[in-house]
Amino acid sequence: MDNVIIAENLSLSYKEFETIISKATFSIEAGSFVFITGASGSGKSTLLKSFYGAIEPRQGQLMVGGVKMNHISTSKLNFLRRHIGIVFQDYKLIKEWTIEKNVMLPLIISGYTGDVSGAQVQKLLGHVKLTHQAGKYPQELSGGEQQRVAMARALAHNPILILADEPTGNLDDYSSSVIWNLLEGANTQLKTTVIVVTHHIPEGLRIPYKHYHIEFGTINEIA
Amino acid sequence: MKSLKNHLSLIIALFTVLASVQIYVAVDRTIAAYESHLKNDYSVIVVTSELINPGEFKAMNSMIDRSEPISTAQVLERLKGEMSQKNLDLLKLTLPKFYRLYLNRFPTPREISQLQKKLESNSAIERVEGFSQTHDTVYKLMLLFKDVVQIFSIAIAAVTSLLILKEMRLWQFQHAERMNIMALFGAPVWLRSAVLFRLAIVDAIIATLILCLAFFLIDYYGYLTMQLKEIGISVQLFNFVDDAVRSLIIALGVSVALTFTIVLFHREEE
Ligand SMILES: Nc1ncnc2c1ncn2[C@@H]1O[C@H](COP(=O)(O)OP(=O)(O)O)[C@@H](O)[C@H]1O
Ligand SMILES: [Mg+2]
Repeated sequence: MDNVIIAENLSLSYKEFETIISKATFSIEAGSFVFITGASGSGKSTLLKSFYGAIEPRQGQLMVGGVKMNHISTSKLNFLRRHIGIVFQDYKLIKEWTIEKNVMLPLIISGYTGDVSGAQVQKLLGHVKLTHQAGKYPQELSGGEQQRVAMARALAHNPILILADEPTGNLDDYSSSVIWNLLEGANTQLKTTVIVVTHHIPEGLRIPYKHYHIEFGTINEIA
Repeated sequence: MKSLKNHLSLIIALFTVLASVQIYVAVDRTIAAYESHLKNDYSVIVVTSELINPGEFKAMNSMIDRSEPISTAQVLERLKGEMSQKNLDLLKLTLPKFYRLYLNRFPTPREISQLQKKLESNSAIERVEGFSQTHDTVYKLMLLFKDVVQIFSIAIAAVTSLLILKEMRLWQFQHAERMNIMALFGAPVWLRSAVLFRLAIVDAIIATLILCLAFFLIDYYGYLTMQLKEIGISVQLFNFVDDAVRSLIIALGVSVALTFTIVLFHREEE
């Protein structure tokens, strides 16, 4: 099986003489389900950012989906991002757009229009149990509902990789279970690689997964 | 409401640019109309020793539109009783010929003196009267006014462009969140900025419509046009087809170009 992510001696930092992640070497297989844990401020979000090109490697090599992330061009990065679905801790929904249109965003960007994307959006809103809220705006929804919208958006374009940063961080149990179910479903049914940053690994998972823990800038796999 | 205010300031800024250009064009057009009015009244008097036909005059200088001989018959008529026919015939032969030359446009003082020199260099021409000192003061004032309007327009265009840039930076700030989110899902720059361009285009069209309306009303109520008629100028201050198209092109050009600068110099975050 191919690797979706390959890191070799990867170091990450925001400023020049600082280190958040230090010389990490690891790879993530396509189709796997990965949890990343670590204390607050340990660099989990920073690592995730490097996967979608919001921060460039300070040192070492990073490949995502076969694309080299060091000095990546804007057009290559845009192309890569059109095959990634991201769920942010703060949802990042477009507040001027309806729920329906928010879910449609990746499809709009990929140039799908009309019936195809409409049907896809309806299907996803059904999966996250928000069909009746389709015409509302993000502010009119609860945090849990907004995160379910973000989850639907992350799946809309059938990405090869889903990155989720504490997706259930402060959600109610119902919304959390909807989100875990969808992440599991995407992984088992669509073979999508899923990488989730979380504080707690949910109990009762029916799928095999890998677990990496970040501490003092190093990434260790927990068996 | 807040977005309406943003629209308004861009529309007003664009309208100001368009209006100053339109005023410049109208002044230019008025001066051209006044020039053709002056041209009809203006002529150069030439005294020659020989008959010169219109073709010969035209060959002397391209500014010469046509020539008319000034009849000496009246003078001779008056002398009829006092001279014998023989002397009169002799006088007729030796009397110089007078011509009035009309020009195809209204000359500048420099052009008059050049024309005068050119004509005087011809051996058959004895005297030229160009009336350069009668050069109209109203005309000179108009030329001055045109210069003032030109400087004024340039200043207005510069200041308003800065205002528009500032306004658009505000827009960009308002749309930054959405644009960043779109970037995270791989939207290319043009797609992220589509909103800004759409706003810029819509506002350019609205500003053009307002300009057309304003100048249509000025033309329709005709106060200015009437004033100009009184000094013998008939001019169309606003020409619907030409001016509307030019205004639209300028408005679109300015707002789209400024949007481009904003988009190009935008730094991404996250
Ligand atoms: N945009 C940023 N600029 C500078 N430093 C940052 C930025 N984001 C995070 N950091 C710092 O990097 C470290 C790791 O942050 P982060 O990856 O967000 O941690 P986690 O997600 O594990 O809580 C923290 O010390 C944080 O202060
Ligand atoms: Mg974090």
